[in-house]
Amino acid sequence: MSDQEQLDSTDVEKADKKAVKKAKKKISKNQRKARREFLRSIGVGGAVVGASILGFFPVEKKWAPRLRPPGAIGEKDFLAACIKCGQCVQVCPVEAIVLGDLDEGFGVGAPYIVARDQACDFSCDALQCILACPTEALTHKIDKKEQVRMGLARLARPNACLAVKSKPFKGQARGPDFEGLMRYEKVDRWNPIKIADHPYDLKVCDLCVRECPIPGAIDMEPLYEDPTREGWIPVVDKECTGCGVCEMICPVEPGCIVIDERKTWEDV
Amino acid sequence: MSGFIASLKTMFGAKPPVRDPQKWSPEAKEMHEFKRTSEEVKKRIKALKEEKDLPRGKKWKVWRWTSIAVVNLMFVVSYWLDVQLVEGALTASRFVGFHMADLNSALQVMLAHKAILINLIIGTVTVFILWWLLGGRTFCSWVCPYHLLSEWAEMIHLKLRKTKLVRDNTLHRGTRTVLYIIFALLAVVTGYTVFEAISPVGIVSRALIYGPGLALVWVAGLLIVEIFFSRRFWCRYICPIGMTYGIVGSIAPVRIKYDMKDCLHEGDCRKVCLVPHVLEPTKMGYANHITEIVGADCTRCGMCVDICPTNSLNFDIMGAKKLL
Repeated sequence: MSDQEQLDSTDVEKADKKAVKKAKKKISKNQRKARREFLRSIGVGGAVVGASILGFFPVEKKWAPRLRPPGAIGEKDFLAACIKCGQCVQVCPVEAIVLGDLDEGFGVGAPYIVARDQACDFSCDALQCILACPTEALTHKIDKKEQVRMGLARLARPNACLAVKSKPFKGQARGPDFEGLMRYEKVDRWNPIKIADHPYDLKVCDLCVRECPIPGAIDMEPLYEDPTREGWIPVVDKECTGCGVCEMICPVEPGCIVIDERKTWEDV
Repeated sequence: MSGFIASLKTMFGAKPPVRDPQKWSPEAKEMHEFKRTSEEVKKRIKALKEEKDLPRGKKWKVWRWTSIAVVNLMFVVSYWLDVQLVEGALTASRFVGFHMADLNSALQVMLAHKAILINLIIGTVTVFILWWLLGGRTFCSWVCPYHLLSEWAEMIHLKLRKTKLVRDNTLHRGTRTVLYIIFALLAVVTGYTVFEAISPVGIVSRALIYGPGLALVWVAGLLIVEIFFSRRFWCRYICPIGMTYGIVGSIAPVRIKYDMKDCLHEGDCRKVCLVPHVLEPTKMGYANHITEIVGADCTRCGMCVDICPTNSLNFDIMGAKKLL
């Protein structure tokens, strides 16, 4: 082999190596692109799943315990069964039901009641929300208001209670600007009216007992055995459904009587 | 049948079938070869120059936006005026008393709650038949309110792309399939309807009907991602609702049909398409038959029908010609 030939062959080898390098670079460029896309997909997919799992915390930590509508099954099952459509919201004649927001995690779109603002007064008679529920998250096993168990009423601030202090009450239960509705059978059997449009004049305040829609759920009992001392106390009984009318109607600010959501007599 | 399986595979994230002369039908082969003759090539180049000035329609877009508006307003007006026409939201409703349930929401509930719920099954079957007939992901582009918001975001995204300020970071299309399985498993394991908490469809639908809330911040976040980071990322790569309906409509009678005879293969249809992989047959030499049915992932939005200057893409109803 002459020198010249040898030189040529090394040149060819060099060129070959260059070409191979170039090809490698090209492949790795495409591969890099694919790899970047793959990693991006994992990142974005992971972020979406992560965001959804954040919904776990408000639920597990019970950041906002909610009073669920009549017939709601156990809280965990309720959140699983509820399809978050709001049909219960639409049928309620007093618009007591509202839907959960983002801060409730998995409870986004799930219905609850803020009793102090607008309680369920059973003015629909037939538990319309239960009938409307397409997934039995509000169980179809009950069909009378007396069977409802949303929670239990509790006199939280007895010292502020007007009955305990044996004080009268005159005027609009929650003031002139209160938007809450209630059905007063003696006023209009079929249509709820504003509580503000129905003023009271009571010698001793007994609104929570007087307006309770469930017979026997709450009674006014004398506070003292001594007949010369005046004072009364509302006592919650086994019939209580936790509807929240007492919480809504209590004229003291903040209300003296509240609903403990999902509480039963077994917990007491 | 193999076409059907390929269409499903493509929807789940596989690369769409490539040009394969072995699979050409005799008619298609003849047509492909005819299109390659120098006379035809010259003709096509001339036609491509002329087509730039042709007006492009927006008939289907107008119909579609109207449809999204009407369906969603029906829910809103029905509640506000208390006429009980459609009660509920897009996740579940009653249409003049008949149960309807979104298939993906119903699936999440059944997986999480693990119970047979009769009303939910009635609603699911009704909706299943409806979207099987109308073409599955037709739900996405003709009903879903998020789709409309996302289209507006896409318009902004494309404007910004021209200024080179943003670019489209594509994701692997298999992401949606993986997320679909993850969300199904999460529902079974945790016993919560995990996906529903972040579903922009449910959130937007409820916001329209029951009033806006914090949850719209999440939706706004998604739209921002779509504007600045990745074109239509939710509908393309994430949404399990879209995939559920895609499976339901994989053999739907209502579909988009491609006819290669007049096609100039300039690819405008693929540029406007939400799921351009379904339009692969419109590439030169990719169609195995003179007419091809567009794949299962297609949302029947009609953008390609509107943009096509040669009328090569059209809505088609299976068996309609036989009937008429």
